[in-house]
Amino acid sequence: MLKKRIIPCLDVNNGRVVKGVNFINLIDAGDPVEQAIIYNEEGADELCFLDITASSDNRSTLFDVVKKTAENCFIPLTVGGGVRTLDDISTLLHSGADKISVNTTAVDNRSFVSSAANKFGSSTIVIAVDAKKDKNNRWKVFTHGGRNETNIDAIDYCMEVAELGAGEILLTSMDKDGTKSGFDNELLNKITTKISIPVIASGGVGTLEHMYEGVVEGGASALLAASIFHFGEYRIQDVKRYLADKKIPVRI
Amino acid sequence: MMKLVIINYGSGNLHSVHKSFETVNQSMGNPYEILVSSSANEISQSDKIVLPGVGAFGECKNALMSYDGLLTSLEDVVINKKIPFMGICVGMQLLADQSSEFEINEGLKWISGEVVKLESNKNFPIPHMGWNEIEFIDHPLFTGCSQKSDFYFVHSYYFKLQNKDNLLATTKYPNELTAAVIKENIFGTQFHPEKSHSNGMKVIKNFLNWRP
Repeated sequence: MLKKRIIPCLDVNNGRVVKGVNFINLIDAGDPVEQAIIYNEEGADELCFLDITASSDNRSTLFDVVKKTAENCFIPLTVGGGVRTLDDISTLLHSGADKISVNTTAVDNRSFVSSAANKFGSSTIVIAVDAKKDKNNRWKVFTHGGRNETNIDAIDYCMEVAELGAGEILLTSMDKDGTKSGFDNELLNKITTKISIPVIASGGVGTLEHMYEGVVEGGASALLAASIFHFGEYRIQDVKRYLADKKIPVRI
Repeated sequence: MMKLVIINYGSGNLHSVHKSFETVNQSMGNPYEILVSSSANEISQSDKIVLPGVGAFGECKNALMSYDGLLTSLEDVVINKKIPFMGICVGMQLLADQSSEFEINEGLKWISGEVVKLESNKNFPIPHMGWNEIEFIDHPLFTGCSQKSDFYFVHSYYFKLQNKDNLLATTKYPNELTAAVIKENIFGTQFHPEKSHSNGMKVIKNFLNWRP
């Protein structure tokens, strides 16, 4: 049976982790490669790097991080943040990334999704969607790291990019992100019941029960989390054992 | 020293495949010189061949054909000299007679069967992406692996074999699918051993040790 994936996510700025992992056995809490290796050893099913480096001059630091991680971690690695061109994707793939997450560029130019999927294969292209509920109870897509609101309906958008060849959707609820009150399972469910590609739930997880709800209520294929892992509240195996006890298929 | 060539025809996962084979090779005391190459000459002198593959079948096939003499040399060492060969993901699918991905494209026709789309189903998103259990037939290539151990899959098409004798391992999603194929010296996996952590490393090690 296909397992539900647990994916720790690291925010990387100028080649350093921003929200550091709070593990006692870390020599350098800011080194993304070292943190990735620990997650790899602890049984993470995939790894995700989100590059938040503002200046494109410093992008090469990311390539180096990706390369070193791929040399040490033999599990899939998704990299996103600032991906604007097909060349950006190509460079990241050649550095050792397995999947590339695209956000703002896909919103601005929908045909980028199909050209990227055709060139690199659907399964390589993850479309990251940042969504927030508006006054009329509709979810809108936000771009530029959540700074810019668009008039695009998040559910319609997910259906559209799935049709255009996206291999997966990384759905982040901006309402829930940082609240530790659980994933936005209502939104997740509306999307996972309408599209036939996998959806990764992101934003809001604070407890093990939230993980379970993301799968059962939200219908997520994978669960992404940052802070609960980074600050050592839960280890990857805690999540997996909890889910396994509740009969959710996980890789132990 | 024996030579293993990982065929470089622009596949996106080349780096990961190379690193994983290097790591396993090192752990075994470097019995192989591992080369990443698209040279017909290198291929004709190799002792083992690995064909990676990510992306669409047609694009991969065209890329493979775009290198002068590569295919001829590959067919010579694998079919005539029968050196051990391993295809990964699309690199395994390319062994089929044909694929219907986007349009009908001919494969290498080394193993009978065709590559067809996975059936879509509300509870089973496509691509089949993630860790799934495999069941395999007892074989040196799965030495040290337990039945139902997890491997990493990413695909929307699968290899529908004509001959059951070529089926080495299966997975379920929700129907039974080909997870690995075998025909004499030719081995292929739908899953990505280079992304399957310790289980994948075992399969790579078994391939390096394999004497069909």
